[in-house]
Amino acid sequence: MGPLLNAFLTGGGLCLIGQLIINLTDAKVTPSHILVGYITTGAILSGLGLYQPLVDFGGAGATIPLSGFGHLLAQGSLKAVETSGLLGAIKGGVEAGAAGITAAIVFGYLAAVIFNPRG
Amino acid sequence: MSEVNDVTKDALKKINVKEYGNLVKEMKPKRALIPDLIWAFVIGGLICLVAQFIQNQFIINGVSILDARASTAIIMIFLAALATGLGIYDILGERAGAGTIVPITGFANVIVASAMEFKKEGYVFGVGAKIFNVAGPTLVFGIVTAMLIGLIKFFLIS
Repeated sequence: MGPLLNAFLTGGGLCLIGQLIINLTDAKVTPSHILVGYITTGAILSGLGLYQPLVDFGGAGATIPLSGFGHLLAQGSLKAVETSGLLGAIKGGVEAGAAGITAAIVFGYLAAVIFNPRG
Repeated sequence: MSEVNDVTKDALKKINVKEYGNLVKEMKPKRALIPDLIWAFVIGGLICLVAQFIQNQFIINGVSILDARASTAIIMIFLAALATGLGIYDILGERAGAGTIVPITGFANVIVASAMEFKKEGYVFGVGAKIFNVAGPTLVFGIVTAMLIGLIKFFLIS
């Protein structure tokens, strides 16, 4: 039960921060802004070593939010630098995120072809 | 009738841009902060709880943590793409706000939604191009940031 509760609390908390940004800023915050903000912030926190503790505690609650995807890309880049040097910085991020990116493109394309928009 | 129109026109002319901005702000339905936060927290939390449950099943079956995370993300993206196609995800999103945007399911949702919307423009320049209308910037910023972090490490070490 512990990991499930931790995932709920961590994931919920990260979403709550996003909702605060939407409600408390005057500018129109679109989903695009939220996604860009989360992936970038997650990658930066990861580079500073601050995101891993959140993953250790929250599990999927920290990896499923887009900040977790940023963390995945950043860690991929950092690890690849250790083995491949400069080349690693260039290929490591996408390599680590390949599963998510491919799944999003394939399932996204299929769903858009099969279904039609409502309204 | 024309008199009324003239009066309306004059009134409209007098409203400058700043006043218009204030007017829009006043007219915009104010959403209560606390219920919005609770919805975002609960729905976002539940999405992550489901993901944690799926990830646990992989780990129980001897899958490594990294592969379990990637497989879980794939399943969540699939479920979100399906729910978006069926129109369920957007109904949930109207209430849950950031609770449905922040998780990777929100990323899949915007991909499907924008691709579906431009289907009439064809399968290459419609679906194929617009699939990244909203999600594209996310990947651009994510990939560039990750590369910069790798570069910083490379140059600091050598």
